[in-house]
Amino acid sequence: MSDERKTFTLDGQDVEFTEGQTILQAALASGTYVPSLCYHPEFRPHGSCKVCTVKVNGRTTASCTTPATAGDTVELATDDLKDLRKNLVQFLFTEGNHFCPSCEQSGNCQLQAVGYELGVVSGHYNPLFPSRPVDASHPDVLLELNRCILCELCVRASALVDRKHVFSLSGRGITKHLVVNAESGRLADTNLSVEDKAMSVCPVGVILRKRRGFRVPIGERTFDTHTASEIALAGARGPTEDGAP
Amino acid sequence: MSSSDRDLAAVLARHRYDGTRLVQILRDVMDPTGYISRPTITQVAESLHLPRAHVEGVVGFYAFFSSEPRGRFRVLFSDNITDELAGSQELRQRMLDAFRVDPDEVSRDGLVSIGTTSCTGLCDQGPAMLVNGRAIARLTPARIGAISSLIRGGSPVSDWPANLFTIDSHVMRRDLLLSAPLRPGESLAAAVVRGRQATLAELRASGLRGRGGAGFATATKWEACAQAPGPERYVVCNADEGEPGTFKDRELLTHHAHEVIEGMTVAAFLVGAQRGFIYLRGEYPFLIAPLEAVLAERRALGLLGRAVAGCAELDFDVELHVGAGAYVCGEESALLESLEGKRGIPRNRPPYPVTHGYLGKPTVVNNVETLLAVAHLAKHGGAWFRAAGTPKSAGTKLLSVSGDVARPGIYEVPFGVSIRSVLQDAGAKEPQAVQVGGPSGVLLAAHEFERKLGFEDVPSAGAFMVFDQTRDILAVANNFARFFAHESCGFCTPCRVGTTLGRQLHGAHRARQGIPPRRQGPAARVAAPQEREPLRARHHRRQPRPRRAGEVPPEL
Ligand SMILES: Cc1cc2nc3c(=O)[nH]c(=O)nc-3n(C[C@H](O)[C@H](O)[C@H](O)COP(=O)(O)O)c2cc1C
Ligand code: SF4
Ligand code: SF4
Ligand code: FES
Ligand code: FES
Repeated sequence: MSDERKTFTLDGQDVEFTEGQTILQAALASGTYVPSLCYHPEFRPHGSCKVCTVKVNGRTTASCTTPATAGDTVELATDDLKDLRKNLVQFLFTEGNHFCPSCEQSGNCQLQAVGYELGVVSGHYNPLFPSRPVDASHPDVLLELNRCILCELCVRASALVDRKHVFSLSGRGITKHLVVNAESGRLADTNLSVEDKAMSVCPVGVILRKRRGFRVPIGERTFDTHTASEIALAGARGPTEDGAP
Repeated sequence: MSSSDRDLAAVLARHRYDGTRLVQILRDVMDPTGYISRPTITQVAESLHLPRAHVEGVVGFYAFFSSEPRGRFRVLFSDNITDELAGSQELRQRMLDAFRVDPDEVSRDGLVSIGTTSCTGLCDQGPAMLVNGRAIARLTPARIGAISSLIRGGSPVSDWPANLFTIDSHVMRRDLLLSAPLRPGESLAAAVVRGRQATLAELRASGLRGRGGAGFATATKWEACAQAPGPERYVVCNADEGEPGTFKDRELLTHHAHEVIEGMTVAAFLVGAQRGFIYLRGEYPFLIAPLEAVLAERRALGLLGRAVAGCAELDFDVELHVGAGAYVCGEESALLESLEGKRGIPRNRPPYPVTHGYLGKPTVVNNVETLLAVAHLAKHGGAWFRAAGTPKSAGTKLLSVSGDVARPGIYEVPFGVSIRSVLQDAGAKEPQAVQVGGPSGVLLAAHEFERKLGFEDVPSAGAFMVFDQTRDILAVANNFARFFAHESCGFCTPCRVGTTLGRQLHGAHRARQGIPPRRQGPAARVAAPQEREPLRARHHRRQPRPRRAGEVPPEL
């Protein structure tokens, strides 16, 4: 079975895959970029941001969670799907408070980079301006919740890798928000440490090391020198601290 | 140990310190208004060895749990469109004025808070409300007055006059399933005598498809579960009935509970399950005690427990789980998450519940009505059921008819009947449009009334809401937009953000329409909140409530 060649078509091109791969994984492995935000190669796919949406045999689905199946017809770069992905990224900008020019993460931010990749130039919709207080209680870490896109990567990393359960989500619908594992609700009262995996997975600028914000100057950061697709295809998933893919 | 510590310990012991019972535990530790304090969350988490943030996340997910103190009386008006058309917003305003509070605000003396909740499933006898979790139907200005006085008097809701809480039953048309009730144990005995394979063959021959909405063939689902590897299996009765405008499962669990549970037991026999759950929506607390009584009766009759109905291989029992205000928990995989004590977020599929369901074990989830049909066809056989309905939609369907009709209630009709014939049966005068299947369904205008109910044409989980010529259909759309925004679980971006943008768009549109309120008679059209004069201006100056974390400003 293993040496039998299995393929599906992606916008008309044959893509080979191995059993167990999702459509997104197979596409990346074959050199085709699929925009994504909540996907991280080290974690089980989550399927929440929907930025990786494709059509499989005419049916809309998240490519990061859909198993690749031989003979499937997958559409990725049609005008409809490009519009849809762009809309979803605009939704995420609309939902939070993103002021990129003053954001420490600018240039290392996957949301921003995917936005550029998809031609997003504004939030387009009326911003929701949610009220999300910053948590600066921790001596070494700043929690800038205004930028959270609710991808749960920190939740997953803290639970599955760090075994600490520092982060979780509460609320639902548009009031869904990140909470930390302390009765006070303050990050300082959790056992988060700067070595934790949860410190390095946030695709945007929420979980930030204090006093490091501008160590790498703007202009030299990951997505200043590479596009989101280059980083994704390199198998790495920026941002890295030194700005290299 | 304080008395509240003792109460908490007793609750936890009753639930065997079982973290999968977290939603049930939280229901029992919350105060009558739903409030669960931060220290209580910490204690529950520590006792169950769960991360505190996880418990906080579960509290934050369900609408009936509140992490902030509420008034001692927490009033929630059903925000269903048929209630709205019957004047619920005026009634709510009357009550807000009487207590001089804004929506969702706690009165200064801490006595009362007044808000809304999604459809409470009393559309045939609306407007309705929940007070500290208890349902009151048939609201009128007089009833609102009486309830306001009782609240002022301060006596606990449990001491209020019983007649306030009566729920009526309106079965207006009976067919295959509702005409001849089964004796407890009757169809189970028939299934056991016939045997597993032969009964499955009858189920297949019946052509029964799920009544919860998707219409999946029941026999196919059960065979897949029966064939899934592993010794443990589960049967879940989906009694979440969250789709606005649907109330037939309420009726079935009130008057046909034996037959529904018998259907679950037949399912257990066919798939080889040992445990079952009824997931009852939190809006139906009046069904908890009667259902527990039916379960006890069936245990006493040997119809639940060990060697059920004398069948040595059939050990099966059923537990009641009660939801806490979340429409999405009607979706089967979200329901399973909730049953496991988590936030009700749908799972990524595959795998499907038939192979990886409750606690990852093979599970069948079925609607109440599907299970009732199973009980009947296990006795009468597949052909009996197949004789009614259409080629792709065998049997009958229970419709929950509400809105502008003379005779709202439950109608059991054979599949294939036209929309028009249901409208005539129910006494609809000058119908403008019908919403079939609730907000998730379709709106049919007069030129579509010859269309037929059934999977071939107009599928439906049973809601049938009628709007006459005087109604503003944009008010209907506005209500639905509000519903979806309120009930989005928030997992995926398009739904989480899109439903809120949709609601805001509707709100802005209505505000700018400038249609004077009550243009079409007292009950016909209700002003959206932003069209009304702010309460503050009329009564006294009050600072706006500070926004909670994560909260988004209301309509533009
Ligand atoms: C958002 C949503 C809400 C649902 N709510 C209900 C419900 O309240 N009751 C129900 O039986 N099915 C509901 N369903 C359908 C269930 O997921 C599932 O298909 C059904 O319980 C299967 O039972 P059946 O095969 O007997 O219809 C819902 C589905 C979705 C997507
Ligand atoms: S997190 Fe990203 S998108 Fe948001 S403000 Fe910062 S750079 Fe911009
Ligand atoms: S803090 Fe970052 S990693 Fe965590 S959920 Fe928000 S965006 Fe995702
Ligand atoms: S990357 Fe697939 S849903 Fe987020
Ligand atoms: S209901 Fe979960 S995101 Fe829509």
